Amino acid sequence: MRRYLGDFLKGIIKENPTFVLVLGLCPTLAVSTSVINGIGMGIAATFVLLGSNVIISLIKNIIPDRIRIPCFIVVIATFVTITEMTMKAYSPVLDRALGIYVPLIVVNCIVLGRAEAYAQRQTVLNSLFDGLGMGVGFTLALILISGIREVLGAGKFLGYTLAQRFEPAFVLGMPSGALLVIGLLLGFFNVLKNRRE
Amino acid sequence: MNATQFLTIFISAVFIYNVILSRFLGLCSFVAISRETKPAMAMSLSVMFVTTMSSIITWFIYRFLLIPFGLTYLRTISFILVIATFVQFVEMVIRRISPPLYRFFGIYLPLITVNCAVLGVAVLNVDMFFINGRAVPGSFYYSLFQGICVGLGYALAMLLMSGIRERLDLCDVPKAVKDFPLAFIIASIMSLSFLGFNGFKF
Repeated sequence: MRRYLGDFLKGIIKENPTFVLVLGLCPTLAVSTSVINGIGMGIAATFVLLGSNVIISLIKNIIPDRIRIPCFIVVIATFVTITEMTMKAYSPVLDRALGIYVPLIVVNCIVLGRAEAYAQRQTVLNSLFDGLGMGVGFTLALILISGIREVLGAGKFLGYTLAQRFEPAFVLGMPSGALLVIGLLLGFFNVLKNRRE
Repeated sequence: MNATQFLTIFISAVFIYNVILSRFLGLCSFVAISRETKPAMAMSLSVMFVTTMSSIITWFIYRFLLIPFGLTYLRTISFILVIATFVQFVEMVIRRISPPLYRFFGIYLPLITVNCAVLGVAVLNVDMFFINGRAVPGSFYYSLFQGICVGLGYALAMLLMSGIRERLDLCDVPKAVKDFPLAFIIASIMSLSFLGFNGFKF
């Protein structure tokens, strides 16, 4: 049991996909304009990670080594298509807000990275918890970034206005704001890491 | 189909919605390979080639396979598979016919398979130039041109970035922001200046 817990927890802080592994940044930056979008993207990516990790660790023995990447991509793309269709059916607003970034989960480096580095060598249960941990870590990172951008860039959190007198810095809601926030956050985590050593 | 349409596609793909600085596609390769100009150049050329070719291929697949058979929901799977196969094929051809070219491009080509920009262009083309499951007139030329322009936009951002980072080598930067964090902060400032192009309205 403890091993599974370790698999789950390492994705959240020690191997956080966004801040430590620096993977899958395209959707992170593009959809983090509001916390709701961030959570939606996080859940979609978690579902894909979970599904692809489990399936890949189940079929790892029948995939020939030389064509493993195309095989992984087919499995991942299947789950992405399921996500896309579900989202279109049950949450059209979110689907429009996330736009082309939902199909682009296929090329999100985190998903393929976990399949390649973890799921193809481990047992099903380990991979399941690994996928879950990575997904939660990704979601938390998205909430952090989109929280900063929404609070400072629009003066709101989850759509609720926080303070009447606050002049929001609109630039943080724009693409350049996303790059600035991730740059400064990465620097900040580097400072923390350096201090610990 | 007229010249203004093409001009609009050019300006919006290269400047206003620059693939890296505004749409955030292909960001991983952007920060990883932009340390020096020469590899950045090689990567940009490969991306330009692949986005153009994949625009052509995916247009044919969507128009003549997916739409007639009502399979548009298989868009993501079919596009990524075809792009991956195509890239693999190009890599094999280059290795066979031109070893120097392979040494120049070879290691960057496999990376392109998982470059969001390539799949992004394909999805974008389908979203923009197919309305209600029907191709708009001239959509093939628009898709092809958008593929080229997105590649150009990628190359522009890549070359600017690598130029800046080569100069940064001589500067004394704080240890905490060395490499990745600083690259993002620079990209943020570049993106801010590209924001000025938003004023172009057609």
